[in-house]
Amino acid sequence: MEILFYIFGVVAIAAALSVVFQRTPVYSALSLIVVLAALAVIYLLLGAPFIAMVQVIVYAGAIMVLFVLVIMLLNAGHEGPSVHRAKFARWVGPPLLLAFLVEFSVIVWKQYGLTGAASVTPLDASPAAIGRLLFRSYILPFEVTSILILVAVLGAVVLAKKQL
Amino acid sequence: MATFSDTEFFIVETIIKIALVMFVLLTAIAYLTWLERKVIAHIQSRWGPYLVGPHGLLQPLADGLKFMFKEDIAPLEADRVVYWLAPFLAFLMAFLSIAVIPFGESFTVAGHVIPLQITDLNVGLLFVFAVTSLGVYSVALAGWSSNSKYPLLGGLRSSAQMISYEISLSLGVIGVLLIAGTLSLREIVNQQAGLWAHAGVFSLLPRWNLFLQPLGFLIYFTAAIAETNRIPFDLPEGETELVAGFHTEYSSFKFAIFFMSEYANMVTVSAIATLLFFGGWLGPSFGPYWLRVILPVIWFCLKLFCFLFFYIWVRGTLPRFRYDQLMAFGWKVLLPLGLLNILVTSFVIAWVHS
Repeated sequence: MEILFYIFGVVAIAAALSVVFQRTPVYSALSLIVVLAALAVIYLLLGAPFIAMVQVIVYAGAIMVLFVLVIMLLNAGHEGPSVHRAKFARWVGPPLLLAFLVEFSVIVWKQYGLTGAASVTPLDASPAAIGRLLFRSYILPFEVTSILILVAVLGAVVLAKKQL
Repeated sequence: MATFSDTEFFIVETIIKIALVMFVLLTAIAYLTWLERKVIAHIQSRWGPYLVGPHGLLQPLADGLKFMFKEDIAPLEADRVVYWLAPFLAFLMAFLSIAVIPFGESFTVAGHVIPLQITDLNVGLLFVFAVTSLGVYSVALAGWSSNSKYPLLGGLRSSAQMISYEISLSLGVIGVLLIAGTLSLREIVNQQAGLWAHAGVFSLLPRWNLFLQPLGFLIYFTAAIAETNRIPFDLPEGETELVAGFHTEYSSFKFAIFFMSEYANMVTVSAIATLLFFGGWLGPSFGPYWLRVILPVIWFCLKLFCFLFFYIWVRGTLPRFRYDQLMAFGWKVLLPLGLLNILVTSFVIAWVHS
């Protein structure tokens, strides 16, 4: 079972790097779909099949379709080498990034230890249990999120229409 | 006779099941094309394929050979990777959902129980919907990567249609889920066993979910016809409107793959309709052990065949929707009806349980 986690972890990381480094926007979007699918498999390995399927249906199957359709309609084309890149950034950027990553790893190591596994108490991940959590304990974030989506839709309509 | 360990048995059993199901499915799809041409021909007072083999039965074989030997043309400016990825994705998604469809009861061989299903996920129904929603990509990417007007328009229209009707597809099914209380396909079918009792004159009817959720079935099946891009919802691939829609620029084998995956999608949604609303493999079962194993599979295939025949019948009978009528129907009629169905079902269940 562990080998599957490592395989899909590597797939997710490789696809995530591909999202950033691809020159064609459509390839980036497709790589993001691969990342989401790999994450869904990791959810499955953690014992949450419902969340895994919902991740694929909602995130990879609906939200990313929106992204892909928008990219196709905008005809974003290929990304060429950028014109205004300062030589200075090339010497300062990677060392700063390295310093940040090292700092982050040291903090995590001090807290959890190098071989410490995160303690996971087995939760009930059935649809009924998730539904109960969502509609009882987390009802406020749920409703606020739906209003947020409504605001986004209204904003898109207002921005896109020439006259109301 | 050597005794096999459980893991070895599992691997061999799964491989045999996959090979068998793929073979049967591919043959069924090939002969579905024959059936479609014959049925539509007879609806239109003509014969259909008649010359290749008796009553044209070897026509699918001839078509397959033709597809393999045709010249493979690709547009010059087509996006290399995505152009070749799109049919592969379509095929993968169309055939992946068969993995969770149960065909019958289990049977026992050498002490091991073998269920007639490749894998029994406890979220089996969601898996089918997940795979269906990933199938939208193949259409959109095929249309875009062909670098041509008609495919792009056809691909965009088709993917917009598919994501709109996906919602109604799921809503039609939620009523059944509320009644069954589980997402596992085998469990949903098992709850439809037996006949209605204490129903007076209706006691001879089987306990199918169709009688509990007629509106849900109508919503589901209408959305399913739209989801698989069949007439009356096939404007994105109508010949008079958009040449051939998103698969205009595909020739020979890649076109055959799109063609096959459309029929495989038809088979999948019909199988889900059979399992959820018509009792799946349940039917009169009698006789010796081997007959008891085969008969449920026969009942399942018969019910599936009825749905496929209905698909073809509708294709020969109805004209196609215009695109704005199609989208208006999906959003303004099917979606409210689906929500109404869930509301009424929830109230009835709460009332019955109080």
